[in-house]
Amino acid sequence: MTLGAFIQEKNKPEGWNRPPAMKPDGDGELLEVAMGPHHPSTHGVFRMDVSLDGERVIRLKPVFGYLHRNHEKLAEGMSYLGSMPFTDRLDYICSLTNNWAYALAVEELTGQAVPERAEYLRVILGELTRIVNHASSIGFLIQEMGASGTPLMYAFKARENVLDLFEALTGARMMCNYMRFGGCRVDASPAWLEDTRKVVAGLPQFVDEFERLLTGNEILMARCQGIGILKPELAVNAGVTGPMLRASGVNYDIRKVDGYGIYNRFPFRVPLGEHWDVYDRFMIRLLEIRESIKILEQALKEIPTGTVMDSKAKIRGFRPKPGEAYGRIEAPKGELGFYLISDGGPNPYRYRVRPPSLINLTILEDMSLGQNVADVVLIFGSVDIVLGEVDR
Amino acid sequence: MLGEGLLKGLAETARNFAGSFVSKERLTTVQYPEQRIAPIEATRDFPFLVYDGDDWQAGMRCVACQICEKECPPKCIYIVKSTDKKPDYVGKPQFYPARFDIDISVCMSCQICVEVCPFEAIKMDTEFELSTTDRFGGLLFDREQLAKSNEYYHRIHPTEAEAVDAVLAGAKAKAEAKTTTAAIASAVRGAEIPAHPAGDGD
Repeated sequence: MTLGAFIQEKNKPEGWNRPPAMKPDGDGELLEVAMGPHHPSTHGVFRMDVSLDGERVIRLKPVFGYLHRNHEKLAEGMSYLGSMPFTDRLDYICSLTNNWAYALAVEELTGQAVPERAEYLRVILGELTRIVNHASSIGFLIQEMGASGTPLMYAFKARENVLDLFEALTGARMMCNYMRFGGCRVDASPAWLEDTRKVVAGLPQFVDEFERLLTGNEILMARCQGIGILKPELAVNAGVTGPMLRASGVNYDIRKVDGYGIYNRFPFRVPLGEHWDVYDRFMIRLLEIRESIKILEQALKEIPTGTVMDSKAKIRGFRPKPGEAYGRIEAPKGELGFYLISDGGPNPYRYRVRPPSLINLTILEDMSLGQNVADVVLIFGSVDIVLGEVDR
Repeated sequence: MLGEGLLKGLAETARNFAGSFVSKERLTTVQYPEQRIAPIEATRDFPFLVYDGDDWQAGMRCVACQICEKECPPKCIYIVKSTDKKPDYVGKPQFYPARFDIDISVCMSCQICVEVCPFEAIKMDTEFELSTTDRFGGLLFDREQLAKSNEYYHRIHPTEAEAVDAVLAGAKAKAEAKTTTAAIASAVRGAEIPAHPAGDGD
């Protein structure tokens, strides 16, 4: 299925963009439950106000903003460099891809070139981040099903090896603050590349183990299959991106569509879902880990020598020409974009983040209506959000 | 067969459980204060000020240019420039920080201060066991608490410290060569030695 098939038509009936109204079956009153903001399954401080008819969800109202940190306005009063460490804290599981998207936006604004080696390092780090994110997101999904611990600990064991690599290169496990406008901050040593090759060589084994543990599990299938169906038409109209959209069967991957960085050099496949349910979203993430490993192997083989920072690049005290730029990447959770307007000063005039988590969350009610309340937790987990990015 | 996938998964956990007794690779956790994993060299947490030699006040590399104060994203650095000057590592008179405070409870370990410092004066520490019961002054470090010797820097980040030393030695040699040529030139022309331009700051 292609994206063009779902271009919106005019003259839609009234309320076409709202989820269908549900009516309770019996005579009893609706039970209103506020799940959150500290519910263990809500990935942070997120509240779902659900109206229940027995076990069935009649209405669902997401409430967020508890973690609002004024990120966008703060960035307008700060130099371009000063916002870089704050982008780490948007989606704190994938700090390196956040850095990358922001660096892309500023590079587009200033017209800086990025050296070849830095591009390869970015791809390597970006794909490692994707593996970390997908593995832990599967772990959290299964934990919400009630399997507390085991799958998550398996995922975290693999994540730990990758985070050690991040620490050895960037100095921090999670808040890496590594990419700069016109390259990367420090070069990777040959020893680091060798360690990375070793870790990447061990990753297929981890995915196999993970699959043996989970994919055939009857309980998991019974809980996930046929739950939380998201139709491709709705997904496209709501602006859903990333694994969520691909699980709905729409072939849209910005790495292929946009070819930012050097992604057009790597052959990889884009897995697509057929049933559009929670199980598909789970499987898509597992398959994407496998594709990421392929990209990593190739990038680690081809990485050239040279500098990692453009010699003309300035990290502070530069004033881009007045204009606007939008840098977007395929972050592990979807399309992450940074929109910047410069008025010629040392600070951005306007700074805006297009967060995949927030936009993927907007169809939560559509997916949850008519489902059991226990499945809503699962559907929510399959969206894979981080509240740091939703609220900013 | 129903339950086959379940059994397969259980076999996987059993393999890991049994394996943890024989294979070190499967036993991934350490018992923290007693056992510690080897530190990673590039690791960073909070900034400190480097000084050369034995006296932290005389050897302080910081010249109070206040670039780090300006660039610090969470604004956790507070500097007061001195009124008098002291010689720096090449012997040139420079200002020094009369006050240099870092609020560790605000610092987010982004190391932007390290990147923007033109004098290699501020570096990242690896000390992480800093918890204290004093909630007001306990995490506000003044310049005496922040000052750490170059030897300490060499101990925690050996490769990086070598590179920094090489850069500083190069700058020193260049400065000395310049002074000698300037002295010869001035002796020849009988003119005064031109004063050095001010530091690289803003």
